[in-house]
Amino acid sequence: MRETVMRRRHARGRKTVDLAVRTAASLAALLGIGVLVLILAEVARRGAPALDLAFFTALPGPPGVAGGGLANAILGTLALTAAATAVGVPLGMLAGVYLSEFGRDTRLGAAVRFCVNVLMGLPSILVGLFVWTVLVVPFRSFSGHAGAVALALIMLPVVARTTEDMLALVPHALREGALAVGAPRWRATLIAFKAARGGLVTGVLLAVARVSGETAPLLFTALNSPFWPRSMSEPVANLTVTVFQYAMSPYADWQAKAWGASLLIMAAVLTTSLLARTFARERT
Amino acid sequence: MNATRPESRPTPPLAPRPQVADRPVADRPAAADAGAPPKISVRGLDFHYGRQQALFDNNLDIAANRVTAVIGPSGCGKSTHLRVYNRIYQLYRDQRAGGEVLLDGENLLSPSTDLIELRRKVGMIFQKPTPFPMSIHDNVAYGLKLHYRLGKGELAEAVEKALRGAALWDEVKDALDRPGTALSGGQQQRLCIARAIAVRPEVLLMDEPTSAIDPVATAKIEDLIEELKKDFTIVIVTHNMQQAARVSDHTAFFFEGRIVEFGATRQIFTKPVHRQTEDYITGRFG
Repeated sequence: MRETVMRRRHARGRKTVDLAVRTAASLAALLGIGVLVLILAEVARRGAPALDLAFFTALPGPPGVAGGGLANAILGTLALTAAATAVGVPLGMLAGVYLSEFGRDTRLGAAVRFCVNVLMGLPSILVGLFVWTVLVVPFRSFSGHAGAVALALIMLPVVARTTEDMLALVPHALREGALAVGAPRWRATLIAFKAARGGLVTGVLLAVARVSGETAPLLFTALNSPFWPRSMSEPVANLTVTVFQYAMSPYADWQAKAWGASLLIMAAVLTTSLLARTFARERT
Repeated sequence: MNATRPESRPTPPLAPRPQVADRPVADRPAAADAGAPPKISVRGLDFHYGRQQALFDNNLDIAANRVTAVIGPSGCGKSTHLRVYNRIYQLYRDQRAGGEVLLDGENLLSPSTDLIELRRKVGMIFQKPTPFPMSIHDNVAYGLKLHYRLGKGELAEAVEKALRGAALWDEVKDALDRPGTALSGGQQQRLCIARAIAVRPEVLLMDEPTSAIDPVATAKIEDLIEELKKDFTIVIVTHNMQQAARVSDHTAFFFEGRIVEFGATRQIFTKPVHRQTEDYITGRFG
């Protein structure tokens, strides 16, 4: 019997391909980081000069007149985000609990999950338009309520999905352990919640970060206002729509303020995301 | 010494013991206990996962204050059988049990069974320790607070008693507020045993309680089982035949969802009646 001759291949070709793939991947990664760094640097460079004391304490001045600040918009954004969180997070979490604990293998569960996914991919301007038709047109007024509802609708699917995913990571054995000592079903769910709390906090923070940068849903709902936010039934000043309006204006001072507001939003989102990461890491 | 004052300490039901004279010899408990009524009697138990049947006509008597081992190859239905006794399988919508499982003469499969009270009476230890994400003290107090109304001192006393009962007290008495999840695997399992015995169950189900634990910790838990059977009726599923031989009084051999042989452990391990049992015990398959 003749022995098969196995011809050796040269390693050089494979090494070249390896080098090429590695270089391309590294370049793509660097490009991504580079663009981010450029944006951060540019926003910081242009925005920082606008951030004086008045920016945080004063109302905006009349068009074309330098000075004044965006205190009302800062306050308004905080109020809108807080109201949206108060509505969107509990609803989203309950929906996530349904998906993970009660509707896991049911048809209704599958339908809800599909709807949540669609809602998550919905362009935010559509959410704004929808809320405009149901909460702005009938009441004949733009309002903070409408803005908060629009933001809450954007948070809801994000929170629902993270809640479901985080609860799904909790082993079934833990729920069984709770049931086995005689806990009712809802208390077993509470144990699962406790085990997943790090991930849940992360999900909520990411949802907050997501909506604090939204502009489109507020354009048709909370709109904007040059005054202090006094009531959620009126238009409420906010940073993102202010950036949109000021950046498009012909006044240099307003444009500078738009940069300042952008820097503030960016810093807030960045901080929230970093906080979210710390919580994610603290999970046991 | 009993600081806990159970509100609903169950009185033994006076239901008559069902007559089971027509059962084949292999299904009868060992002679040593023939006089005492069984704690649990399984009669014609079938079990389905969806359309797939996993248990076929299981009949078994579990003697009170004894350790009954359930052995058999993987997938033979040992755990499935055990998980019927506290109806934990009901967490999953497509699992169904048919037949009767009598606990002190009352069919626990009846729809009117109060699951919370059933699970107080029938505790369970799982393969992987399941400490809750809370302190050692709170882990043990969890079940206690669910079932009993206790003052602060009474609670502390009951927690200590349970931890002593699980042979864990000396190791954790200075660290009761540390998280239960920070303990070692063997300690976690004993914590789970403490949590289970704290509510004063009558039966303890153990589903491969040492398969995720090192040999030294395993030995501790086996000693503990010997101790626990004074107060509880124990049913233990195990893959480890030496363990079954060491800790149990009776052994049931399962194969493909059926109980092939049941009898005194010594008899099963020295003079098995069925060929399949002998093959499994001597390591020819499984």
